[in-house]
Amino acid sequence: MKDGADFIVIGGGIVGAACARELAKRGQRVLVLDAGLRAATAAGMGHLIVLDDNPAELALSQYSVQRWREWAPEMPENCAYRQNGTLWLAANAEEMAVAEAKYQVLRDHGMDCELLGAAALRATEPELCEGLHGGLRVNGDGIIYAPNAARWLLDHPLIEQRQARVVEIDGARMRLEDGSWLSAQATILAGGTHVTELCPELPVEPKKGHLLITDRYPGRISHTLVELGYVTSAHNASGPSTAANIQPRPTGQLFIGASRQFNTADPEVEPWMLARLLQRAVDYMPGLARLNGIRAWTGFRAASPDGLPLLGEHPQRPGLWLAVGHEGLGVTTAPGSADLLIAQLFDEPAPLALEPYLPQRFAGVRAHA
Amino acid sequence: MPELILDGRPLKVAEGTTVAAALMLGGDGTSRTSVSGQRRAPVCGMGVCQECRVTIDGQRRLACQTLCRDGMRVESRP
Repeated sequence: MKDGADFIVIGGGIVGAACARELAKRGQRVLVLDAGLRAATAAGMGHLIVLDDNPAELALSQYSVQRWREWAPEMPENCAYRQNGTLWLAANAEEMAVAEAKYQVLRDHGMDCELLGAAALRATEPELCEGLHGGLRVNGDGIIYAPNAARWLLDHPLIEQRQARVVEIDGARMRLEDGSWLSAQATILAGGTHVTELCPELPVEPKKGHLLITDRYPGRISHTLVELGYVTSAHNASGPSTAANIQPRPTGQLFIGASRQFNTADPEVEPWMLARLLQRAVDYMPGLARLNGIRAWTGFRAASPDGLPLLGEHPQRPGLWLAVGHEGLGVTTAPGSADLLIAQLFDEPAPLALEPYLPQRFAGVRAHA
Repeated sequence: MPELILDGRPLKVAEGTTVAAALMLGGDGTSRTSVSGQRRAPVCGMGVCQECRVTIDGQRRLACQTLCRDGMRVESRP
């Protein structure tokens, strides 16, 4: 790529990789710069999940999970894609009402899902605790091993990858750590939590999460189990929170989340938070307590104030395009984020209404000069 | 001298012997089979690397953190 790339993507995680892939498919030469920093693609659960906290989140996640299903036959086995479905768990009558409302919304949007009563729930996943009121099974959801999915997306003859750290951005130009400058027609910033080091005006904050994975115990559960308390406890709280999220990996391992902490950049595993997270998971799946965890680690979600990503040209930095602020849904919504961004770059009709994701919805981004 | 059953075969060891040491004394030293089918063996010897996980009396345990007891059944193969 002697004469330079048409586009430069900063960040080789799942979002940057999806953007690079879609550009390459259009015949564009893409240079992907990745600094090799800690980032969410390598840390997260790879849960492909439709969330419906608001219409824009539903639209983007539903579209994107569908795109993952379309990609699945092309993906190599090491991406570990499975359409195993999400099973939302209702612990009480209030949460069952949430399940029913969610069912209506998802059905109205044409999604394949079903409500399960208490007995049907236990028959579906016998490891679940007794006393749950029921659940909602969402059949189109899945799981993936995101680091390998990003590698697969980047494996294209028109994509060049380079390990390099960008230290300054000036529109579509950028300066690397070694002092050299690079430029292209347009630059796409997909640097997760690290974007504020380059663009301090971006409203992206790290939200810490703890994770644990067990040894291999095949066949215990088949769906990804998520408590409906998630809707109330993890998404809306401002203090530290946990919600049970138990995912069966194709290896037979069980992957356990999820916690949220604000105002910390410390990557250390905190035993009190890990304990809280595991207790929550054990409450729903008592047999977990007898299994061995083999690794625990943390990661940081790049969260925007309204939980939706910023997708579009930076209003005050022409030539710089943003694909940032995906919070916990970056792996899920990478395909849709790429499609929405690239539709704007090429002035094509977008597959979804763009307004909820445009960066200028935040005053701080608009006002930056 | 405790006597344990290692992958179906009896093995007498000195008091205070860890299961990781017993794997070496009674076999080829390996502890488990990786997801890609390779045999793996204890590495760190201090409960961190997780390479020595074996099944002891039906429970998954770290061989390096477990002392041999009389009648213990240790399985290193699936």
